[in-house]
Amino acid sequence: MGKGQIVAGCIAPHPPHLVYAENPPQNEPVAEGGWEQLRWGYERLRASLSEHDYDAIVLLSPHWQTYVGTHFLGLPQFEGLSVDPVFPNLFRYHYDMNVDVELAQAIHDEAAKAGLPVKMMENPDFRVDYGTITTGHLFNPDWDKPLVVISSNRSTAYYSVEVMQEIMMELGKVTRKAIEASGKRVVVLASNSLSHRHFTTESDVPEDMSKEHITSHAMHLWDMRMIDYMRSGQAQRILDEMPEFTEQAIAESDGGGLSWLLSTLDVPEYPAILHGYGTIIGTGNAVVEWPCYAHEVNEA
Amino acid sequence: MTEGEVVASFVVPVHPHTVLAPDQNPGWRRLRDAFDEAAQTIRDLEADLLIIYSTTWPSIIGHQIQADPNPEWVMVDHDFHDLGSIAYSFNIDADFAHAWNAANDQRGLQSRCVNYKGFPIDVGSVVALTLLNPDNSIPAVIVSSNMYANRSETTVLAKSCLDVIKAQGRRAVAITAMSLSNRMFTDFIDPSEDKIHSLKDDEWNRKILEFLEQGRLEDVGQLSRTIHRQIRVQKVVAFKPMWWLSAMNGNRNDLTGRVLAYEAVHGAGGAVVHVDPTSTGVGDKEYDEDDVEYFHGERGVLEGIDEAQASSEDQPAPAATTNGPALWEPVEGEDAVNTDTAPKPVGAYPHARRVGDMLYLSGVGPRQPGTNAIPGGPIHDEEGNPLEYDIKAQTQAVVNNVERVLKEAGGSLANVVDVTSFLVDMKRDFAGYNEVWAETLGKVGPTRTTLAIRSLPTPIAVEMKVVAHLPK
Repeated sequence: MGKGQIVAGCIAPHPPHLVYAENPPQNEPVAEGGWEQLRWGYERLRASLSEHDYDAIVLLSPHWQTYVGTHFLGLPQFEGLSVDPVFPNLFRYHYDMNVDVELAQAIHDEAAKAGLPVKMMENPDFRVDYGTITTGHLFNPDWDKPLVVISSNRSTAYYSVEVMQEIMMELGKVTRKAIEASGKRVVVLASNSLSHRHFTTESDVPEDMSKEHITSHAMHLWDMRMIDYMRSGQAQRILDEMPEFTEQAIAESDGGGLSWLLSTLDVPEYPAILHGYGTIIGTGNAVVEWPCYAHEVNEA
Repeated sequence: MTEGEVVASFVVPVHPHTVLAPDQNPGWRRLRDAFDEAAQTIRDLEADLLIIYSTTWPSIIGHQIQADPNPEWVMVDHDFHDLGSIAYSFNIDADFAHAWNAANDQRGLQSRCVNYKGFPIDVGSVVALTLLNPDNSIPAVIVSSNMYANRSETTVLAKSCLDVIKAQGRRAVAITAMSLSNRMFTDFIDPSEDKIHSLKDDEWNRKILEFLEQGRLEDVGQLSRTIHRQIRVQKVVAFKPMWWLSAMNGNRNDLTGRVLAYEAVHGAGGAVVHVDPTSTGVGDKEYDEDDVEYFHGERGVLEGIDEAQASSEDQPAPAATTNGPALWEPVEGEDAVNTDTAPKPVGAYPHARRVGDMLYLSGVGPRQPGTNAIPGGPIHDEEGNPLEYDIKAQTQAVVNNVERVLKEAGGSLANVVDVTSFLVDMKRDFAGYNEVWAETLGKVGPTRTTLAIRSLPTPIAVEMKVVAHLPK
């Protein structure tokens, strides 16, 4: 077995609005479109990755929120109905997904060896969080790749962004180590928004794009600053400014996904590809790809 | 029909241990026994409605109210999935949910009902309803906790709920599904090792329980932000359920409280507390944070510029300009109550608005209808120079104006149930105002709150905000 490889790393958003706007057969509500900039961004991401084969997707979702350690889906298959408790009018999705339990267990075990509190989730009644389902669908609508799903430990809320980042940097290192040991080709995916201040009202037609914009200029500036760092290969600066960004932009990076992603990618110094940026109920969202295949993967 | 009321309130913990593993730890068992005792109390009170405000159901777009008459699913906790699953099938009072939603709109709140198969009822609500209403004999309603809601929004949410309870003549039980301190251990522990996360958390929890045991619910509400800073994980629902529960009980400090159990659940503070509305006869308010009847806080971020300008142009024009702000014609509406015998408003609002059996009056001052004169004299001249005035004459004129609006609605002063008075000079005027009050509204007996404020829009010294119960 050869050394496992990370084919690409991505940050991509999960608001259910994007799935709602696409009208896939799995989702019950029907929309008249909307949020095209981000949905086209997902399309470009899928097109970019379609040229590179991979075995599994490792995803960290901030909507599986765990306060006691970090958890991993630990059964090979989950199916059911995912209803967003915040936007049930938009997202009632019938899902059927496969899990790469072997890889999940490997990351779990490496994390345990590193001293992180971890647990495998093996209750068959468990309902997979809507963040995982939304990102899973938009990233891979055919659902033909198994996932490893990692919960979001709430250490920012418990302690601070700095403590969260320390934990997530460690989790990223063991994720990379386990992937490399697995012999598999993997895409790692942080499911989260950038700035994260929502509107508290919803227009009568949720997909009415004339109502959609960032909640404030300050949020826009922070989002552009982070995107500039991504596009110019300055991942370390993102990590350095994570506490300020998370606090001042009320960013969803508080869930640890972005820190984990950058650590898993070994804090890349090469430019990321911005596939799209847009707002969803006022929050800032980007679809970004770090093309590891062009910088560190031997495609031969 | 008898007017509805809140017959009891309970604080209950949210984690699934009391349902799935009560015997793995003696403290969890004591919490479970306390749940069972609370359930028996609810049955003994012959309650006909359970209202749950759950901290484990966050919302963003206003508040959400469960309106599926029979939600069914299997709940697995995100953290404690290894304890097992809880299958549920609840009896939800959808009619009450819709009425509450409508009442929220009347009080300026954003809210909506949700009725979707497979909607994930949150763990706190599942635990509360499973244990407090095991045979589903009592219909229930569940409301979310809005992550952006402040005190005024949460308080008004309770008041609109009370509007419906009273209008429907319900015997309601108000329940907050919440932890006290909510810092759990961040590592896995053996159940036998469970304890409150820290001494600081334990001390704060005991302070809160001491207040609750003394029936000082309003004080706990007033301490909510401090409590959240001290013993709560930050980016989760703040200690706002106490704002809601306090308002559900009339923001009082003379309730009768009893702590049925207080234990740790994976480090968090879990308590079952019974708050009985019976007055202990003691306990005045220690804090003076404003009460609020109507929510004005929406930011209107969805309004486009053109739309905002259009709505501004649609508003009624001022009726006349006088010394002071422009006068307006009262805003008409289906439920508005307006009369020529009361002074014209100084903005776009009606004299009063009826919601069910309740009548909410806009702030009433002493100005006289027609002449706009101020009995007892204005408090300053056009240049702002202070003038001598008679507070008793002004107060009497306010009461007379209140009576005129009530009369237009078919009532009288006898229907007044709650008054908030505003004085611009508390030190100078309180005694005179209080004397007139005692001779007029004081004989009727409404609740009253008196606040000192910096100024009023016209040169007057006193204004009253009045709520009346006025059955159709």
